[in-house]
This record gives sequence, C-alpha cells and structure tokens, in this order.
Amino acid sequence: MFFAEPLPLQSGAQIADYTLVYETYGTLNADRSNAVLVCHALNASHHVAGTYGDDKGTKGWWDNMVGPGKPLDTDRFFVIGVNNLGSCFGSTGPMHTNPATGKPYGAHFPVITVEDWVQAQARLADALGIQQFAAVMGGSLGGMQALSWSIQFPERLRHCLVIASTPKLTAQNIAFDDVARQAILTDPQYHGGDFYEHGVVPKNGLRVARMLGHITYLSDDDMAAKFGRDLRSGSYQFGYGIDFEIESYLRYQGDKFSEYFDANTYLLITKALDYFDPARDFGGNLSKALEGTRAKFLVVSFSTDWRFSPERSREIVEALVDNKRTVTYAEIDAPHGHDAFLLDDVRYMSVVRSYFERMALETVASNKGERA
Amino acid sequence: MNFEQLSVLRPDLAFIAHWIDKGTHVLDLGCGNGVMMDYLQTDKQCSGYGIEIDDAMIPLCVDRGVSVIQRDLEAGLSIFGDNTFDTVLCLSALQMMKDVEGVLRDIARVGGDAIVSFPNFAYWPHRIALLRGRMPVSKSLPYEWYDTPNLRCATIRDFEELADEIGLQVIDCVALDDGKPVEFLRNWRGSLAVFRLRKK
Repeated sequence: MFFAEPLPLQSGAQIADYTLVYETYGTLNADRSNAVLVCHALNASHHVAGTYGDDKGTKGWWDNMVGPGKPLDTDRFFVIGVNNLGSCFGSTGPMHTNPATGKPYGAHFPVITVEDWVQAQARLADALGIQQFAAVMGGSLGGMQALSWSIQFPERLRHCLVIASTPKLTAQNIAFDDVARQAILTDPQYHGGDFYEHGVVPKNGLRVARMLGHITYLSDDDMAAKFGRDLRSGSYQFGYGIDFEIESYLRYQGDKFSEYFDANTYLLITKALDYFDPARDFGGNLSKALEGTRAKFLVVSFSTDWRFSPERSREIVEALVDNKRTVTYAEIDAPHGHDAFLLDDVRYMSVVRSYFERMALETVASNKGERA
Repeated sequence: MNFEQLSVLRPDLAFIAHWIDKGTHVLDLGCGNGVMMDYLQTDKQCSGYGIEIDDAMIPLCVDRGVSVIQRDLEAGLSIFGDNTFDTVLCLSALQMMKDVEGVLRDIARVGGDAIVSFPNFAYWPHRIALLRGRMPVSKSLPYEWYDTPNLRCATIRDFEELADEIGLQVIDCVALDDGKPVEFLRNWRGSLAVFRLRKK
C-alpha cells in the first residue's frame, strides 16, 4: 500500500512517501474487532504464515504459530503481517529510489526507530479501517513494537503479546550489534552504502554480521548438543578452512543470509534495536513509561535466552504490575536460547493458544453485549 | 465461577473466600490452576495476580482469565512493591518453601491482610502414625517421606508463634477437616490450618 503523506521520524527527518507491503490471513469480522497485528523481528517480513502456492520452501516465518487451527487461529482472527520501513522485503527501504536524488537511498535512508515503525503501522491500520486491534503481537524486536504500540496508541489494542523481548538493549547487546555493523561498514564492497550502483554486495560483512548474530540466538547447551566438537571430516585439517561442524553451520547460515539480505537494512535494524528504550524519556523509569498503557499483556520469556534474558521480561512484568495492569507472564524452561520463540514447545504454544482462545471468547461476549 | 461451583470443587477455598472482601486487590501465591482467583474475580469483582511455578498450570490459569505470573514464590515476591495488595493468599503452599520466614515477611510487606493455610501436622491421624513409628501419610499429607514436596512440618501452635514474631496479628484461626471448620480440639482434629492475619 502506497502512502503519499510524508512520515515524520523520531530523528527529525522524514520520509516523503513510502510503500508498505503486507499480508492478511483470515477474515475481518463485521465490527472489525478481531484484527491481530503480527510484528516481525530482524530478518523476517510480512510473510508470517502459509506458503506461496505449493512451495514448502516459502513457508511463513511464524507458520507454526499462525494459521487455521494454530495458536493464533486465523479461523477466528484476522491477522496482518506488515514489512517494516527500511526492510528489504518489499516495503520502502535503502535499495529503493530516493525521490529527492533519483538514486537509491543507500546509507542515506533515514535511521528509523521502533516508534517510527509503529507510527507507519498505525497508518496502515487506518487505511484498512481498523481502529482497535484485538492484539498486537511480536517476538524479539517484534515484541518491542508490540510494547511500543501499547505506549503510543494505548486505546488501539486490547491485548499486547511481548515474547522473548526486552524494554531496552544491554551494553552487551549493543556491543554485538556494533561488531556486526563494523563488519559491514568496513567491507570494501560496501562503498559507503552506495554499493547498488557498483553492482556489488558487501557479502563478507553481511556474512560475518549474520554469523555473529546467529551465535546470540542459540544457547550454549543447544550448540553443544547440536554440534559439540564434531569434526567435518573426522580429523583436524591443520589449516584455516572448516574443521568443526559449528563452523560449517555458521558459514552456511552467513552465506545464505548474504544472498538475500540487504546490508543497509541490517545496519538500520540493528540501530533501531539499540535505540529502543521507552523508559529513557521517563528518567529510566519503565513503570512511568508504561503508566499510560491500557492493554492486557502476555509476556513470555525463555530460560536459556541470553540475548534477551528472562530478567529483561521480568522488568516489563514488574513495571506493568506497578501500574496494576492485567498481565500474565510465562517463563518457559526451553533449551533453545533466543530462537525458542520461533520453535515448537508445547508449553509455550499452549499458553499462547489459551491466551487467544480466551481473547476470542471475550470478543464474542462483548459483541453479544453490544447487540443486546 | 460462582460460589456453588467453588464449594463443590474446593470446599476449603469456599470457606476461605468468605474472608475476602468484594473489590479488593489480591495476590494468590501458589495459585495452581487459578480456581480461587477465578472465583474472586467473577463473584467478588476482585483484581490481582496469581503466582505459580508449575508449567502445566499456566495455560489453565489463562483459560480461566486469571493473570498468572510464572515464578518461584521465594523469588517472585520481589517484583511487588510494599502494600500493593489488600489481601495476600498463601494456601497450602507455605510448607513447600525453604525460607518460610522470608516468604512470610514478604507477604507482610506486600499486603495488608494475609490468609495462610497449611496441613496441620498435629492432626490426630498424623500423631497416631508417629506413635506407631511411621511418618504420617494422609489425605492432607499424601506423600511418602522421601518424595514429599512439603519441606516444613508445622502445627497450629507452631505457626501462631512464628506469625507473632514476624509482626502478623492472628485475626482468626480455623482448623478445617474436609473443608468444614472444626470447633473442638482443633489442633487434634483439623487437617488443614487456616490463619487470617493482619499486619500489626
């Protein structure tokens, strides 16, 4: 969907006009009360669920969570997946033409924050005629967007699902992000962000960035269980090629990622992560930042997630409890680190399923009440 | 959930529910499947949270519309500020704590009133089991000594002393057997001790 009206950004800059690509699943009910917005994390997109045609390789990134009969049941809810501004899956981003120069934005694409994304998403909701979401939901960076929705538009969502997320990055998180950015920025093929016109891609930088990121998504135990010290060819090679399976795995992940992901998008999204800190305007007091929220919350964390650890989720819960908000918190003892939020775990899935089932009952009950 | 349903499901909780005022802010420690909070929310318009550690119980609480926070009780109370709740419930959970005194002090810190229940170790069948030289196994203490989650064994008299030391005044103490109050020889005939406490 094309938006002709400029979007003012937190940085003071603005985007003159832009396109947001989105997908929807299920049917919007007559009173438009069953819409759920699903916000994506770093490398995902608007393609949340289902496949394109019969191609199983095109399965949506949260297909285990969203679909007919799934925990977020598209037979009951109207689900919207939207690709964020600055991303590289169709919505306006650094690879698109800057109307001011006639050349690709490149590194001149304005730095966008989580708050900006939410503003853009709200315009999409307006355009789709959705005044209030039944829920806004997201994992990791997507959870930050959900949290930001509850702060910026308290009346526009009834429920807020914040999964494997955090109210702000730690120094360690920012450190990892900056190493990843340095890998890209110092790649000779980056050309100051204008690599498009040189017909090249800073693949090495992207690859290293992804390898580093991937380490933070897995737990130590999970990595040990999957790879241990297993050797690719059974013996040491006494060189700098691939000895260990973990090296092979990470390089494969890095290579794959560098084929499809945009380097400028990676920079932009990691900055959005670093900047997110809604308590900052309130002297660091998260309770104050969440004072205006009206939604009911489900917060979920995973015990072995060391990227956004349970402690971070507990800070959100504590701030909500301080404000007497309705909040349920599940701390899932899962071995898969940060990635657990994308995986099937029966405890995790059943909490989310129960939460949406309860929500569906509420929606039906309030509809009946209004009609009576 | 209405009172009839609660009485059938959990007569002990139905008895205790009389002590909780309408519209109060309640914390239920070790809330299990959330049945008590469910009743208090729907029939008494109470608000609040349950705390529960057991994975299997969390979706059951959500099904009932109970706001549950998954934490260990001994760590979980730290997220609540002083005097946050009108009433704190700790029903049949205290005996599983390592640091009973610490939890009780935290209960006194976050709440005004508290209602605490635990299996009465001095219940007469337990005394007889001990006289026979065996650890008691009963409906209220259904575990063998080697697999019990109940780390602490206390009697009605023992608890009165500790409550006093912590600065909690005993407003009421009732011994229940099968959910019904025992009037006579309660430290003998009550299987479940229930204390209604208030900060001094």
